[in-house]
Amino acid sequence: MAILADANTKLLVQGMGRMGQFHARLSVEYGTQVVGGVHPGKGGGSIDGIPIFDTVAEAVAETGADASVIFVPPPGAADAILEAADAGLSLAACITEGIPAQDMLRAKAALAGSDLRLVGPNCPGVVTPGQCRIGIMPAQITRPGPVGVVSRSGTLTYEAVDQLSRLGIGQSTCLGIGGDPVIGTTFVDALALFEADPDTQAVVMIGEIGGSAEETAAEFAKTRMSKPVAAFIAGQNAPPGKRMGHAGAIISGGQGRASDKIAALEAAGVRVARSPAAIGETLAEAAPSLAG
Amino acid sequence: MNVHEYQAKTLLREYGVAVPPGELATTPAEAEAAARGLGGDVVVVKAQVHAGGRGKGGGIKLAKSPGEAKQAASEILGMTLVTPQTGSAGKLVRSVYVEAGSQIARELYLGVVLDRASEKLAVIASTEGGMEIEEVAAKTPEKILSEYVDPNVGLHGFQARKLGFGLGLDGAQVKKFEAFLAGLFRLFVDKDASLAEINPLVVTGDGEVLALDCKLNFDDSALYRHAAIRELYDPEEEDPRERAAKELDLAYVGLDGDIGCMVNGAGLAMATLDMITVCGGEPANFLDCGGGVDKETVIQAFKLILADENVKAILVNIFGGIVRCDLIAEGVVAGAEEVGLSVPLVVRLQGTNAEEGRKILAESDLAIIPAETLQEAGEKAVAAAGGR
Repeated sequence: MAILADANTKLLVQGMGRMGQFHARLSVEYGTQVVGGVHPGKGGGSIDGIPIFDTVAEAVAETGADASVIFVPPPGAADAILEAADAGLSLAACITEGIPAQDMLRAKAALAGSDLRLVGPNCPGVVTPGQCRIGIMPAQITRPGPVGVVSRSGTLTYEAVDQLSRLGIGQSTCLGIGGDPVIGTTFVDALALFEADPDTQAVVMIGEIGGSAEETAAEFAKTRMSKPVAAFIAGQNAPPGKRMGHAGAIISGGQGRASDKIAALEAAGVRVARSPAAIGETLAEAAPSLAG
Repeated sequence: MNVHEYQAKTLLREYGVAVPPGELATTPAEAEAAARGLGGDVVVVKAQVHAGGRGKGGGIKLAKSPGEAKQAASEILGMTLVTPQTGSAGKLVRSVYVEAGSQIARELYLGVVLDRASEKLAVIASTEGGMEIEEVAAKTPEKILSEYVDPNVGLHGFQARKLGFGLGLDGAQVKKFEAFLAGLFRLFVDKDASLAEINPLVVTGDGEVLALDCKLNFDDSALYRHAAIRELYDPEEEDPRERAAKELDLAYVGLDGDIGCMVNGAGLAMATLDMITVCGGEPANFLDCGGGVDKETVIQAFKLILADENVKAILVNIFGGIVRCDLIAEGVVAGAEEVGLSVPLVVRLQGTNAEEGRKILAESDLAIIPAETLQEAGEKAVAAAGGR
């Protein structure tokens, strides 16, 4: 049944602007149940046949939605996350890039104790191949199968999925956790979900410079996981003190170097691809029974 | 976004944080007048550049009279200051901060930072003032004191007192430290700072607690709601290419190699640099051109890449997801034609409609070197730059 989202997921779109509408359409085309849009002040109308509501609470009451994807611009995005939690949703994927870090810090702290699982922000979303598309991923490049993919980046996820698909290896769920310093679902959260998912037999984890989430994940993989994990860490020659596109991709205060992350993962028994072209092969080596 | 020391200290004053009196000067005569105005036995003349370690490079001088301050300013103004943080090229000094000298009894460290691991705001203090805090943390971790603050609750008085007494301050000094930290913390939250460092924080002979140096970083994502902080932006302190990229809304970081890169997405862009390195080459830049790659973006990106004279070849690596590769190919061809490329161009298109895209590249009049996989793209780019 994959993780986070499947054919039964009922999705809301928070922020039905240009981007929200565009990706709502693509998700509908993929077969996702998009049951409503939330856009304060536009409630009562509909866009492309999707009913629009003023509040998430109202949308949930009317549609029975259990998940949302957030396209709300940065100044209102943290508020949108908290609104999703308040309405009792179990999943929200926040696509918005550029949310002030302290807004996210406060929102994340406020989520403690709520039932909401937040994915992102600054992430491409979640795709369970053949079942559900939440966010902005090109779902057509994915194919159903046994490998869970979790990544801090968007296009590098697509690259990894493409490499897997070329080797005849499909995916259970592909999940982008986001490139910001403060995010909802972490690598450890995702690894735990994949470990517990009977449809997932191995995991590809794509990290990058900045922070220490990969090191924490290495410890988890070593002590708590039975399934093989293959990894790649982007930014092996990034200079210290420079933000590499993502707000969270920065080596600062001697922390967040790719070399340290790779060493931690390898010490934990995770097979790490040294070349970004070898992510698929590395997974095939880590889980030989899956190679086609 | 970084600001200068004098700007940071102006903000500290607004928040009631104690700093020595001082004045900005852009000429030796102004420095002399500032020193005269400050009075006292000694003033410090400090180069205003966005880099630490200024003293080591000769960017900070003591002056015992207004005449000496004038002399010191004339030596510092216009110099290219090289410190461990500026790189070998150094930074041109355009202004100095003339500050009243302090009678220093103790030098401490105080910092506030957004701590990613705990997802809290961390206040860090140490008795080892004047040193790099990373070095202290690595060599003598027992000398680092920290308090973690719930962002929805804020700093507690007891947390400040724990730090103050932990630093060995006496009761009267702890009171002053508590007020100092409360102001600094309020500034950090109000203005969406991402880092505040007071290094050193000094205790003077008569028991005052003062910020002798101050470094403030602000969250770029929050600048939209802080007009006054935006005003403090000094474009002269930025690498000219990174500045130009910022104006175009492209994420660019200059590197030392000779293969220019243009990639969609930050993660894939970092991975492309890694690929080039694995293939034995050296990337000239990081460039994330974002999701939509149209003709205009390509033209701007090529111009930016080619402004670096070291570039001997360009690698365009695009994974077309939602955006179709045939449209991207049209943009790349049109952009390359308009710019009139003088170096070899390797283009790798993958994803939606990749084959149609490659066909457009092949049928163009440009000598584009096509690549299908990431590996092939890396190898071809390195070969085109004359490497290996």
